[in-house]
Amino acid sequence: MSKLKNCISAVAAGVMSVALALPAAAAPTKFDFWFGLSGDLERVVQTLCKNFNESQKDYEVSCVSQGNYDAALQNTIAAFRAGKQPAIVQVYDVGTATMMLSGAYYPVSKLMSENGYKVKWDDYFPGIARYYATSKGELLSFPFNSSTALLYWNKDAFAKIGKTAAPKTWEEAAEDMKALKGAGYDCPMAINISGNESWQLMEQFSAIHDQPVATKNNGYDGLDARLTVNKTKFVKYVTDLKSWYDQGLIKIKSKDLGQDMVQAFASGDCQMIMTSVGDHGSITKTQKAGMAWDVAELPVYAGTERKNSLVGGASLWVLSGKSADEYKGAAAFLDFIGKPETALFWSTNTGYIPVKKSGFDFMKSSGFYDKAPYKGREVAIASLTASEPTPITRGVRLGSFTQIRAEFGNQMQAIFANKVSVQEGIDNLVKNGDAVLDRFEATYKGKQLP
Amino acid sequence: MEKRITFSKWSVGILFAVPQLLLIFTFFYWPAGQAVFWSLTLQQPWGGGNIWVGLDNFKSIIANADYWNSITISITFAAISTGISMVGGLILAALTDRQLRGSKIYRVVLIWPYGIAAPAAAMAFRFILAPEAGLIAVVNQWWPGIWDPGLDGNAAMACIIAAFSWKYIAYSFIFFLAAFQAIPRSLIEAAAMDGSSVLRRFWDVQFPLITPTIFFLLVINITESFQDSFGIVDIMTSGGPHNSTNLMVYKIYSDGFKGLDFSGAAAQSIILMLLIVVLTIFQFRFIEKRVHYR
Repeated sequence: MSKLKNCISAVAAGVMSVALALPAAAAPTKFDFWFGLSGDLERVVQTLCKNFNESQKDYEVSCVSQGNYDAALQNTIAAFRAGKQPAIVQVYDVGTATMMLSGAYYPVSKLMSENGYKVKWDDYFPGIARYYATSKGELLSFPFNSSTALLYWNKDAFAKIGKTAAPKTWEEAAEDMKALKGAGYDCPMAINISGNESWQLMEQFSAIHDQPVATKNNGYDGLDARLTVNKTKFVKYVTDLKSWYDQGLIKIKSKDLGQDMVQAFASGDCQMIMTSVGDHGSITKTQKAGMAWDVAELPVYAGTERKNSLVGGASLWVLSGKSADEYKGAAAFLDFIGKPETALFWSTNTGYIPVKKSGFDFMKSSGFYDKAPYKGREVAIASLTASEPTPITRGVRLGSFTQIRAEFGNQMQAIFANKVSVQEGIDNLVKNGDAVLDRFEATYKGKQLP
Repeated sequence: MEKRITFSKWSVGILFAVPQLLLIFTFFYWPAGQAVFWSLTLQQPWGGGNIWVGLDNFKSIIANADYWNSITISITFAAISTGISMVGGLILAALTDRQLRGSKIYRVVLIWPYGIAAPAAAMAFRFILAPEAGLIAVVNQWWPGIWDPGLDGNAAMACIIAAFSWKYIAYSFIFFLAAFQAIPRSLIEAAAMDGSSVLRRFWDVQFPLITPTIFFLLVINITESFQDSFGIVDIMTSGGPHNSTNLMVYKIYSDGFKGLDFSGAAAQSIILMLLIVVLTIFQFRFIEKRVHYR
């Protein structure tokens, strides 16, 4: 009886699998890709997806924008808990530590080799790859949209003070700001001090000065890493920024006040800003007509040996619990994204930089960086590859880093509003940030970063 | 004698109540129970596991100075915005009820703001109150630097109170106007014939008769100012500068969803729930005594 039952169920299973396999052979395998970009960038991603779907017949990717990076991560977590996660999701740089401990991903290096793609992992710029790799150097996610911070400077204004180059050091920058103020410019430099600017003001500054943000090599060596920015050059930097602000050399510009710093620079109101190379395109599109400007690497303090800056942006994670067919599709999609031609398409339309040396070389040889609107973007690559990454310029790998960035914003605002002194504010940042790290470590008790 | 419809068996009654009970269970008791469970554990956001920590989450929240700041400003926000909404709504409704010229138009127009979603209202107010480009920018031309919600916590608080009150004045207005119109005209006319002025009629006749509505709006406005303020804070200030508008409901969101600290956020939402329950009990216990329902 039981044998008969087994027999029947085996036949039934066979019929079913044939029935399932038949339409699959005819129709392409579908899989989902969720991302966190919106507006103009969303349209570029959708075009990328369309190009992939038209380039072959076996797979069909359905790309869905979740609005922003936070929402992409939140929605993916909710979907994962309900068992309805997409095959690929775009996760921002600071979500990397959370992703690594989630147990919810399928390592991309494994995925690509299992599906027969040979990826030259050393083709990635080390400054980019190390951010998303394990401490042993294995890439767990696929670097996608990458950027780094640059100094944007107004050539017309600098010409008025007799300069033809951007300041290389902060000492020089201070002199230039005073000269610009003297020449009648009301806003020599614009900054913002919300949590988002932790990236250029704290993280990038620390990296190029080879200063740690946290102990244990910025968290790469263990979850027991704690913040240490209250004992580094960062304190001097904030002290200087504050004094320049008090002297009227620096203005705070944010969306909440009516004009953010990118708009302030593009309209010619402010003469210098520090922001992502990703804004290169939008400044080109929105700038005051005829305004001459350029980009340069972020200044360092005199006597500093410049190190590589950090990559920002996001990487693509493949999630666990999908079918082998979907993984095949995901691998094909990632392979498509990794092609130099796609890198050219992507960088042209967005302002993000190519993540692989081959992509960069291809773009250079096709004359991309010689043409007017894109000229200058190669500075980002120079900044990212200024040195071999040191143990603390690989990146920042701290849990709940979004909350630490928010705390950065809080304390900077308190400092600039004269509620606390610079040292007090940064001490508070360390104290509150460490409490966040304590909670993260307790939540993942006994787990190790890969 | 009044005829009552009764069921012979209690099981039939239960059967009819089941759909409603299921709804309440699925959408209220189950999530609330889940929140209690989360608040007593440390939850891994991806669902990889959890660790029982008892009351540790609550202890660490209570030991946190930022959280006490959040409670203080939430109560300040609730008190001021409820005050403005109710007084504003009351005055407008009293004037509209007097049937002055154009009161029919006002009756419609004054209700509109409540129909606007909080984030949309916040977006409009952000433009109005922007110190450099908004309508208020004139103030800074007269006294440079006086209005700076980007760094000045009190100014930022004023911004969210303005946006919230604007919306809830309309809400209060609807109820006050309905209450005024339910008062028999004869009472007011009688008072008028006795020679009492408009203000005297208001204080001695109308005001005592609308106390149930005042009480109802007090409870609702306070509750809503703890909960519906989220969209306004999110759009206008994101809790800043330096936490000065980080209301409890916004802190729950930013810790839980942005920071992925589900357990801490669950514990905070339970504290918020208890606070609202206590405030409401307090109002029913002490203020309701002064309300005359009939």
